[in-house]
Amino acid sequence: MTLLAPLLDGQEPATLRWGGDAEGGAPFVEADPADPSRVRGFDVEVAETIARGLRRRPVFVQVQFQQIDASVERGDFDIGMSGVEDTPARRAEHAVSAPYFEFREVLAVRPADADRYRRLSDLAGRRVGTLAGTIAYDMLLAARTSHGVVPVSYDDDVHPYSDLVNGRLDGVLLDHIIAARAVKRSGGFVIQPEPAATGRYIVVLAKRNAPLRDRIDGILLSAMRDGTLEGIYRRWDVWDEGQRAFFARAAGGQPQGAARAEPAAKRPVLETVAAYLPSLLGAALVTLVLSCAAMALAVAAGVALATGRIYGSAPVRAAFTFYVELVRGTPVLLQLFVLYYGLAAVVNLPAFVAALLGLGLNYAAYESEIYRGALEAVPRVQLEAARTLGFSEGQILRLVRGPQALRLALAPMTNDFVALLKDSSLVSVITVVELTKQTAIFATNIGSWVLPGALCAAMYLAMSLPLSRLARRLERRWGSAS
Amino acid sequence: MTVSGLLEIRELSLFRGARQVLRGVTLSIERGEVCALMGLSGCGKTTALRATVALEAFDAGSVDVGGFRLQPGPVPRESLLSELRRRVGMVFQAHALFEHLTAEENVALAPREVLRSARSDAGARARALLESLGVGGRAGAYPRELSGGEAQRVAIARALAMDPPLLLMDEPTAALDPARRGSLGETLRRLAAEGRGLLVATHDVDFARDFTDRVAVLAEGAVVEEGPAAQVLASPTHAATQELLAAKPRT
Repeated sequence: MTLLAPLLDGQEPATLRWGGDAEGGAPFVEADPADPSRVRGFDVEVAETIARGLRRRPVFVQVQFQQIDASVERGDFDIGMSGVEDTPARRAEHAVSAPYFEFREVLAVRPADADRYRRLSDLAGRRVGTLAGTIAYDMLLAARTSHGVVPVSYDDDVHPYSDLVNGRLDGVLLDHIIAARAVKRSGGFVIQPEPAATGRYIVVLAKRNAPLRDRIDGILLSAMRDGTLEGIYRRWDVWDEGQRAFFARAAGGQPQGAARAEPAAKRPVLETVAAYLPSLLGAALVTLVLSCAAMALAVAAGVALATGRIYGSAPVRAAFTFYVELVRGTPVLLQLFVLYYGLAAVVNLPAFVAALLGLGLNYAAYESEIYRGALEAVPRVQLEAARTLGFSEGQILRLVRGPQALRLALAPMTNDFVALLKDSSLVSVITVVELTKQTAIFATNIGSWVLPGALCAAMYLAMSLPLSRLARRLERRWGSAS
Repeated sequence: MTVSGLLEIRELSLFRGARQVLRGVTLSIERGEVCALMGLSGCGKTTALRATVALEAFDAGSVDVGGFRLQPGPVPRESLLSELRRRVGMVFQAHALFEHLTAEENVALAPREVLRSARSDAGARARALLESLGVGGRAGAYPRELSGGEAQRVAIARALAMDPPLLLMDEPTAALDPARRGSLGETLRRLAAEGRGLLVATHDVDFARDFTDRVAVLAEGAVVEEGPAAQVLASPTHAATQELLAAKPRT
């Protein structure tokens, strides 16, 4: 509603929020090596063209590729576009723009296999990889039934090609511009000339946003006619005669030519690190803040759960026990998805809040078990002695039982905090970019995990080692107290 | 019965499941008196003490502590028991000191939190009590740093800090060597001389003979013999008492 209200008032919002996945997103959307806080790519420029047409300022929102549809529907951004394909399912579920790019699904194989694996039907019993949630993946699923191909799904479009080169796969089926980019980056395989299919990229919007979609269609059409799109595609080296024919069919006009520019060249290691370090540090801060806030929530809720399970009435005990068992018996990933996407219709939580709640409420169940065990471990005879001295139950908990339980619980709590710090990487599935996700984006961009992995590990250790040492010290100091 | 009675237990019966642990126990304690509740392990001594301080429910009879009466049925809520708590203190066999507090803090905590005494008053009184029990030098020690005898004297000080007229003790000599036993006995005599009543559950015959006024022998949940300590222990009439004397370790 907040997105629609200004339109209904006849006022144009100041920004156009557009979502895309910068992880392995070249040449669609990738972090700019010159300034990783910015993105670049032909989709970035198409988005800018659309924003210009709407007289709005474009704002990029990072989202996992597989989550673009769900995120746009729940209103995280106005439009989704980074190689989003035109499919019947998407047209049925969302508002979809006119196609702005036509691509070919091409098969990549190792050079030695170029003659025997010419098309999908040649790959019976062979492993063929692609990106999850794409037309190519659906084609592989169909080929499994018809030709016995073994489909392998990836969350990104870089690792399928490295696995092809190192022999884990015998073929990769993906969009021709992704394949061309991969050849240029690493090589070690060939692209079969005969396309397996053609498809088109579109802009996806929430179903309720059809009026905005119609305006975007107009902008795209005129950008085809006046040569703006051709210029962008030439700059990113994705223009070819097939595209010209597609434009002619779509727009019915002759697009203008435009100058061609070379994308940035490879840069030395130190310069790369220096360029990515600020965004990694920022992501580490997200990890730290998220972990601390989630732990605070987990401790508070855990204390409430533990005391409720020991002192509460039968219904309270039953309800709290059910909560603890439910949370401990289901994956935290599922809980995050349910909180963020599942409840979106009821309460539209911001991603960071959903991440904090998901981690905090999950860990609360584990904390409560620690506290309950610690409270039960305080010798009963001390509690009875306290009663004979005239203490109330509340005083006994506050003065006798609680303080001793806290000493028993501190070391395991600290261990849990270290575990939470690492588990916080899971929240990238609900579009929060924290240290691990930022590292993955970094690694996929430069095509190597060695440097980003080392930097990322160093940052996690810098956060967790002091905590582990604290846990050991507390254990030494209070381990023999009770 | 005298009106000065600190404790009147009448016909106290208690079941644990189908097993009857106490069978109509009747017992009274007066001011200035040290009474030994004797018997072999498992005869119901500890259970009788626990029922008296409302840590355990009983099924028949009554317990009257200086006018506060406990009835059969579930243990009343703690908020209804403050009269009882003020009139009777208890020293547990496993001394049950609060492990996270020093000796002095153990003694001062209840006066401070229950009686709302000023922190400095409670501390000074705790140190004086520990001093009078011969453990003044251990005021700053934690329970795990105390010997069995020291811990027990701190536990007595903790009970006395609330100044109860009646004090119950469960097997106070269990952790003590003979010399410590003598000094504990003298402490009990001194407390009785101050006008308190003491009920001491013990199977230590020598201790009972040397330091208590009266002995009640408990066997299978019932008082089978009762009288002045010297008389009962010198010429026992009941088989259970004779058995108790025969089981006495030679020292």
